Amino acid sequence: MKQQIEGSQAVATVVAFCRPEVMACYPISPQTHIVETLSQKVKAGEVGTCQFLNVESEFAALSVLIGASAMGARAYTATTSQGLLFMAEAVYNAGGLGLPIVMTIANRAVGAPINIWNDHSDSMAMRDAGWIQLFAENNQEAVDLHIQAFRLAEELSCPVMVCMDGYILTHAFELVDLPTQEQVDDYLPPFEPVQVLDPLNPISIGAMVGPDAFMEVRYLAHDKHIRALEAISRTSEAFHEQFGRMSGGLLESYHTEGAETIIVALGSVNGTIKDAIDELRLAGLSVGSIKISSYRPFPTHAFHEVVKDAKRILVIEKDLAVGKGGIVSSDVRMAVQNLPLVVMTVIAGLGGRAIPKSSIVRIVREACLEGLEEPHFLDLNWNAVNDEFVRQQKKRRSGLIPKNIPGDVGPFKLKVGQ
Amino acid sequence: MAHQPIKFYQTGTFTIGNRLLDKSEQTLQSQVERTNSLNSGHRACQGCGEALGARYAIDAAMRASNNQLVAVNATGCLEVFSSPYPESAWQIPWMHSLFGNAPAVASGVAAALRAKGEKGVKVIAQGGDGATVDIGFGCLSGMFERNDDVLYICYDNEAYMNTGVQRSGATPPKAWTNTTQAVGTHPGNPVGIGKNVPRIAMAHGIPYVATASVADLHDLEAKVAKAMGLHGARYIHIHVPCPLGWKSDPALTLKVARLAVESGLFPLFEAEYGEVTDCTPIRRQVPVERYLELQGRFKHVFADPLAREAIAEIQAIADTNIKRYGLVRKGVTNGT
Repeated sequence: MKQQIEGSQAVATVVAFCRPEVMACYPISPQTHIVETLSQKVKAGEVGTCQFLNVESEFAALSVLIGASAMGARAYTATTSQGLLFMAEAVYNAGGLGLPIVMTIANRAVGAPINIWNDHSDSMAMRDAGWIQLFAENNQEAVDLHIQAFRLAEELSCPVMVCMDGYILTHAFELVDLPTQEQVDDYLPPFEPVQVLDPLNPISIGAMVGPDAFMEVRYLAHDKHIRALEAISRTSEAFHEQFGRMSGGLLESYHTEGAETIIVALGSVNGTIKDAIDELRLAGLSVGSIKISSYRPFPTHAFHEVVKDAKRILVIEKDLAVGKGGIVSSDVRMAVQNLPLVVMTVIAGLGGRAIPKSSIVRIVREACLEGLEEPHFLDLNWNAVNDEFVRQQKKRRSGLIPKNIPGDVGPFKLKVGQ
Repeated sequence: MAHQPIKFYQTGTFTIGNRLLDKSEQTLQSQVERTNSLNSGHRACQGCGEALGARYAIDAAMRASNNQLVAVNATGCLEVFSSPYPESAWQIPWMHSLFGNAPAVASGVAAALRAKGEKGVKVIAQGGDGATVDIGFGCLSGMFERNDDVLYICYDNEAYMNTGVQRSGATPPKAWTNTTQAVGTHPGNPVGIGKNVPRIAMAHGIPYVATASVADLHDLEAKVAKAMGLHGARYIHIHVPCPLGWKSDPALTLKVARLAVESGLFPLFEAEYGEVTDCTPIRRQVPVERYLELQGRFKHVFADPLAREAIAEIQAIADTNIKRYGLVRKGVTNGT
């Protein structure tokens, strides 16, 4: 049923329909509305016998789920940013143990300086932890990906992060087609673990592996992810068949056929990118875009197929590998290494900086005409940066950068669509 | 499991040999019904107090739970020596996740059992003192305050032994470790720091807290059995000498453990809902020197010209325990 609903509440509603058995949650903005809604639903008896644990940290939250999942329970939590990094050791552990936990990431920047607004630094920091990472463009997709995530996780015995942009999606009220409990039950079979802690059949889980076998164990984890590419497509197709709409999959192309320039991005900015493409195509530019839905595993082959005839790729990414540049663009470059095309990196939207359509239109035109420096920082305030360079040259104790820059640019306000 | 003979060498102790007791009073470990949950063949050092403590504790927990037990293990000696793949000494469902999260993983196992309506299966979490009082302390406190249905057992050998003997929050004053070397004007671990987790556990108001020692295995088994009969968060802190880290004779593990108890340095007590309910009186009080002199980690205390002062500081700790728990009762002989 279509409903005007907040992203977090929509996600919480479908997570409850997925019949989780254990949830352990620690509050962090902008994830809070999801866990608040789930707590309410569990207390109201809407989630069967599900146990909702208020834990003392994100590290504990995921650790609780590791125990619950090993005991054969369907397990869920949500976090973001500092919370995801605080649980980092457990993230790798759940990945290594192949426990099919589903976790929502309400994507947010990582400090310092502390910043509660959206970018993808948090998920990117955990991209190699052995979790599948699915990125949602809008709240409909966020809802749909959660249902797919449980099915995928449990089929493969591999944890899944569903990444949705903090505030931009979590706090946005949109029209969302929410499934019914029966529809979700039809799509999502009961959890049948591949290994379980059972007194009648005792096994040791998580024991030590030495140099003689560790490589093989890691190879098999890699192989599982490569095989997951097919499973992700199949799971999305099965979803389409049952629910009548496409959501997720490996990637989604927009006007890429014959396009000279292809923009690549993850998450909600794809909506703005599509609008920018419509404008650019009206002006006669041959532009398309690819939304990467499955960032881990990275759909190298599928991506290659879409871009093989393009001239240039612009990766617009909400993250930064300090000292290097783009993170997603590295994956993209690997996928196109044998193709005669240029890949340019546009770092954009860090810490919630708005990415207006006008900026995308401008940067695509620039890229087509002259190319871009590598990496390009979209809408960077060079005056503020240069002022800081001058200050630092003048005086060793030139003050705190996070204090100086806002001093230069004036009082804080969220500027959208400037 | 076929009967395996087990040998007891308890000469020079107050313990009555098992064979002289009525079968109902014998330790479970001396009976064929024992489950060998931590089976033979593991890689613990000679004279390992932790292996001994774990063997008694987990078998006692198995009996108390009708063999319906799941154990979660923190990283550490116990985990490493018992479970190098493809071998495992564990005859029970056992899981190791990380160093600092065993209490939370156990909370998750307990939550899963609750969600599934499985009331028969009991959950134990276990780790060394590093996993318990230091790196896993946040998760431990969280498990306590939520009163999750988990028995947590800490095997306290008073330092990070698995990594090669470094100081933990449970390392005693003056003790040498590889990060509290016996050099400088105040050698060894500084006096007046560290934490007493049994008392911190009590402050959470949980149903049961106890200390135990491998010096008194009857008592250890009884406390585990008692804890297993209760619901909610429970904590047992077991003193387990480490010949490697304490630089003590592997043959003297039980003697060293016993002297810790008899000197008052390791008081044996039980507490329920934050109140001490019982303690084991010292049968023959000994000065702390008798305990310290068997351990190379305290050697500098005796070599130091200020030895008397250092020993007096340690004796003062024992005296405080004796007073706090009423450990010395009338008629106790002085063993000096």
